[in-house]
Amino acid sequence: MVLITGIIYTARDAAHKRMLENYEKGIALPFDLKDQSIYFAGPSPAKPGEVIGSAGPTTSSRMDSYSPKTIELGVTVMIGKGARDKGVIEAMKNYGAVYIGAVGGAGALISECIKKCEIVDYSDLGSEAVYKLEVENFPGIVIIDSRGNNLYETEPLKYKTYDI
Amino acid sequence: MRDIDVGIIKDKIKEMCIEANCILNDDIYCSIQKARDIEKSEIGKDILNQIIKNADLAKQKLKPICQDTGMAVVFIEAGQDVHFINGNINDAINEGVREGYKEGYLRKSVVNDPILRVNTFDNTPAVIHYYITAGDKVKITVAPKGFGSENMSKIYMLKPSEGIEGIKKSVLKTIEAAGSNPCPPMVVGVGIGGNFELSAILAKKALLRDIRIKSDKEHIRQLEEELFEKANRLGIGPQGLGGNSTVLGINIETFATHIAGLPVAVNISCHVTRHRECII
Ligand code: SF4
Repeated sequence: MVLITGIIYTARDAAHKRMLENYEKGIALPFDLKDQSIYFAGPSPAKPGEVIGSAGPTTSSRMDSYSPKTIELGVTVMIGKGARDKGVIEAMKNYGAVYIGAVGGAGALISECIKKCEIVDYSDLGSEAVYKLEVENFPGIVIIDSRGNNLYETEPLKYKTYDI
Repeated sequence: MRDIDVGIIKDKIKEMCIEANCILNDDIYCSIQKARDIEKSEIGKDILNQIIKNADLAKQKLKPICQDTGMAVVFIEAGQDVHFINGNINDAINEGVREGYKEGYLRKSVVNDPILRVNTFDNTPAVIHYYITAGDKVKITVAPKGFGSENMSKIYMLKPSEGIEGIKKSVLKTIEAAGSNPCPPMVVGVGIGGNFELSAILAKKALLRDIRIKSDKEHIRQLEEELFEKANRLGIGPQGLGGNSTVLGINIETFATHIAGLPVAVNISCHVTRHRECII
């Protein structure tokens, strides 16, 4: 278990796609990826007086084709939910990145630790825009570390009592 | 003939979109509590407690339980003696969704075209299923469905010779392959029989049934119970981090089928399985 405090940026598949296409074309990215944390999330809209709507993680595997490149460009922390593929885990080992799981479907609770939220870019993508979030004690679990240890592989086996 | 103003339908749909997304159904809520009480994994227990706390907070603040407030799926069962007046029923349903997602501060997660992918910014169009029934009433069901779990769903066209063992294997394999992706604990809807498209609709309809109520067909009830027990022994656990709470419920719906076929559809859903219904 970890508690994250500081700045994290949201990006889902559409934002990843655009960021990497822009990078190829030499167009500036919404934020410098070096040593940053990306939260795979697309929050629901804030009600008047709220910082943000519900803001839980989205399925990370949709970012599997983009993450090796973002890791190469400097991303050290990814926050999401669900398994990652070999390519991502290899990149994490090579460049030193970790994958943290947040509780999927607990978006209302998670939003309580988000203290500030501002849209950085790609607002035309709606909920898929890039947001800069200031978080305080954001709860997560290190699921895959920079050595490739993977809780999704090791933990379920301890409880498996039926083989299909 | 009974006249029903489509404006009433629109208002109901709007209310139901908001309520379904912010207030977790009782059956699901109770089953999460039950799962928490018997969960063997400490991390799993902690996750289930967070999920319960989240549902409480969402209800109290009328905030979405999950930010993926889904694509709105609407079932309309209209009595044959009903006459819709003051507009087009299809437009009224979509207007209800539009207003609900705007006024409820729900996320707009629909793109206009599967290839062009431009957000419609109002969560329309809804997926609408119409049925004609007897009488002069209209039953409306709204079931917003997130895609983290929808993406893990599958259809199998089994051979009749594969029989019940083939069905069990298909359902359990689908759950195992879904793993950590659909935010387990999951709710699973299974449709058996019919043809290719009907099996999928049956699976979706199975998700609309209260998970505490079992099938009224004895052999199907037994199958539901067996699959529930086996799925919870796969080890996946809350959020895929290990444990004995992998599914909260498995509901099965069936229909007659062709002599040459055995369609099985598995619609994976999550601990934020949402639906509301009303009768006008
Ligand atoms: S699978 Fe369910 S709980 Fe998870 S993000 Fe999607 S809608 Fe939310």
